[in-house]
Amino acid sequence: MNTSETTRIVGASVARKEGVDKLLGRARYVDDIEREGMWHGATVRSSIPRGFIRSIGFDRRIDWSQFSVVSASDIPGDNHIQLIVADQPCLADGMVNHREEAILLLAHPDKHKLREAVEAVHIEYEPLPAVFSIEESERQDPIVWGTDNVFKTFLLEKGDVDSAWADAAHIVEGEYRTGAQEHLYIENNGVIAEYSAETGVTVWGSLQCPFYVHKSLLAVFDLPAEKVRVIQTETGGAFGGKEDYPSLLAAHAALLAMKSGHPVKMIYDRMEDLAATTKRHPSRVRHRTALDNEGKLLAMDIEIATDGGAYSTLSSTVLSRATLHSPGPYVCPNVRIRSRSWATNTVPYGAFRGFGAPQTIFAVERHMDEIAAKLGIDPAELRRRNFLHDGDTTATEQVMREPVILDQLLDRALAESNYHAKRAQFTGENPTSAVKRGMGIAAFYHGSGFTGSGERYLNSLAGVDVTPEGEVRVLVSSTEFGQGTNTVLTQIAAEAIGLDYCDVIMAPADTGIVPNSGPTVASRTAMVVGRLIERAGLQLVALLREHAGLGEHFTRAEFFAASERYRAAKGEAVSLCRYQPPPGIFWDDQKYRGEAYPAFAWSVQVAQVAVDTVTCSAEVEEFWAVQEAGRVINPVLATGQIEGGIAQGIGYALYEKVLLQNGQMINNQMTNYIMPTAEDVPPIHAHFVEIPFQHGGYGAKGIGELPHDGPAPAILNAIRDATGVSFHSIPLLPEDLFAALAARQAIEEPAAV
Amino acid sequence: MSECWPTIRITVNGQRHLVQAPPMKRLLDVLREDLHLTGTKEGCGEGECGSCSVRMNGELVNSCLVPALQAEGATIETVEGLAQKGELHPLQQAFLKCGGAQCGICTPGMLMAAKHLLAHNPHPDIAEIREGLAGNLCRCTGFMRIFESVIAAAAQSCVAEEQRGADAR
Ligand code: FES
Ligand code: FES
Repeated sequence: MNTSETTRIVGASVARKEGVDKLLGRARYVDDIEREGMWHGATVRSSIPRGFIRSIGFDRRIDWSQFSVVSASDIPGDNHIQLIVADQPCLADGMVNHREEAILLLAHPDKHKLREAVEAVHIEYEPLPAVFSIEESERQDPIVWGTDNVFKTFLLEKGDVDSAWADAAHIVEGEYRTGAQEHLYIENNGVIAEYSAETGVTVWGSLQCPFYVHKSLLAVFDLPAEKVRVIQTETGGAFGGKEDYPSLLAAHAALLAMKSGHPVKMIYDRMEDLAATTKRHPSRVRHRTALDNEGKLLAMDIEIATDGGAYSTLSSTVLSRATLHSPGPYVCPNVRIRSRSWATNTVPYGAFRGFGAPQTIFAVERHMDEIAAKLGIDPAELRRRNFLHDGDTTATEQVMREPVILDQLLDRALAESNYHAKRAQFTGENPTSAVKRGMGIAAFYHGSGFTGSGERYLNSLAGVDVTPEGEVRVLVSSTEFGQGTNTVLTQIAAEAIGLDYCDVIMAPADTGIVPNSGPTVASRTAMVVGRLIERAGLQLVALLREHAGLGEHFTRAEFFAASERYRAAKGEAVSLCRYQPPPGIFWDDQKYRGEAYPAFAWSVQVAQVAVDTVTCSAEVEEFWAVQEAGRVINPVLATGQIEGGIAQGIGYALYEKVLLQNGQMINNQMTNYIMPTAEDVPPIHAHFVEIPFQHGGYGAKGIGELPHDGPAPAILNAIRDATGVSFHSIPLLPEDLFAALAARQAIEEPAAV
Repeated sequence: MSECWPTIRITVNGQRHLVQAPPMKRLLDVLREDLHLTGTKEGCGEGECGSCSVRMNGELVNSCLVPALQAEGATIETVEGLAQKGELHPLQQAFLKCGGAQCGICTPGMLMAAKHLLAHNPHPDIAEIREGLAGNLCRCTGFMRIFESVIAAAAQSCVAEEQRGADAR
């Protein structure tokens, strides 16, 4: 690939591929689809956090003969959802480990009959003691998972941390906490399933990873691969929240379809979706840092704990990413990171944009400001003194072989936000104003693609074909859920082949049609799958030149004529490519050493925040984000990713609180789980600096998760700048601000006695 | 059973319909289930997200909160009525160009809210746009591209107005 070469379509803000359908209201989301003879399904859930199921009774006021009822004993195969460890049952069998765990499934032709029926199932339990927090789980009494309540632990060591403390000029310690966060995609989880003995299971659904669902259904139904088909429908937002959960929901609907003999639709309402599905892992991160006189990092000792919920789901890989992002974008000779994910009796936590990185980046970037304050160094300057550069090594001893331009990103962010002048201005104004303003920075990287050897294990396959109808199709299981997969991949294919954007379409995300290009997660689609599509497009043209007489230069008509000839000779006109790791990649899964990620995207964000000391509200007034994420394939879409991620990050910092009571979310409504609205999100200024990455699709790196990593620390750093009060946990709501500001006032103005 | 349901007369996107429905059936379900107009979406069912927004007798309403009975005789506008003769409405064109729709689930409601805003205030400033769209949640875009879309659509209809003015002379 030659990324410096000028491109026609890559780099242009072409309109979203499925945009017209969405704007006309004719895009088909799962709830918009009806199947002949379709029934509706509902779930009977656990009302206790942990215990044995003693009996299940059915109220006589319901005519149960009209319902299909499914329990664990109806499962033909393995009663487990296949993720990393198959510990989560598809339906609880004798025991429950969290509130809202699925126990029974009901189906009926009339969806309005289901609510009453669910309430007419009476389950008796023998409760067992449960744990609800990291600290309770750490006591290891009771043991609620495995032998020690620990889903996963990592130890990463570079240099010799223990010998660094004695000579350190400064040692700074801090503890930081983040809460759960709900994805709040506006379309709730939903699927439709059909079953027949001949064709097996077919599922349509709102989901990110068709082949994850496929794999899980194979096990639950004990069927061969060709007897399970998973088709993604238009998906109304996901953000990680439809990475693992749809495997469970699809299995439920398919079991009901098998039992009832009808297609079954299951659509969660908002309250059920909020109460029963995954959220972002809560975390606690402790830092102990040694610095020299100049503020250079000598040692970082980091301890990470996450709350994984009742089953392991993706907690180990979330912890891995949390671990690898915890030291921040800095050079430090001695680093030790100890991390653990703990089991609790809450709904399992899962994937959410950033996948562990927002948690540990919150900690390290807040901690950098604590260090700056202690040492009396400007926070921007402290970061600059410690930034990674080309040739430096990270905590895993990965050598930065690609350009690292953090200084440039920082300079640009400071200039765009007018950081220094504004800080000076606010320092002058704040003492006499009830509204105190401040500026806060966060600098960070986000690793693109799967961690370590992940991409090699995935071994993705993707390609393009030419249909008899004269369309070029992109063949991937990578899905569109708003982030722009359809557009970016068709742009890349059109560019590589030499056609127009409108000549290329997406093949349906249907496991019966497309190859497994891996899950649509980890900011991997544009970079990894995009690269496969670029290669497949170039390979297709080469095949047509070699076997079908396509000339060096060709018109659209000549291309399709050659494709016809090729198909006539070979049966089909298809070009597939398999993942090839960039050369020289080494990763040691045991020691957690080597190339943690094939590439990193980099960003510096600045928040301007106003804290009203009377109302105790913090408002983000303006936000700047400068990033280097490789080549930008579609500037409008990329900017939309940055802005949307920042808005979610603002929500994470200041609005969104999952209130848990005995492992149950008690604010499971949009009226009391609050996300930022059109009136809350500040003007966001996104700027890209482009350095093409030679192993990404036309130079792209990952972009989707990056923007969510920085807002929380940048905002809390700005609040510290504004008020002088350090906050160590998010979400930071007005009541938290009130408590802290009132306490400080009490110290500053002791009441006269 | 359905024989005893009242018949409700509604006009949707200029077309008259007679619908037999339980009086408390939500207008949202009447549109989606009885009239098969599935463009209008449900996000919360409790009046918080605005993805079910439609215009009813010129007012912006959350159709998940309107009982069918209340819609008796009403004139309803939904997303399906925006494009005319196969031509995208200026708002739809602007959303397409400016990236105002990502996952698209909030979009039908957002378009109706934007249409309602522009109907009352053809050239809103940014604060007015924010206020006008405050009842419509979008989790994908962070709203910036949506604001830009509305500004672009307002400018475009301004061009169209001038054009009409010029044609009239
Ligand atoms: S579905 Fe009506 S406001 Fe959310
Ligand atoms: S575009 Fe997805 S919610 Fe608005």
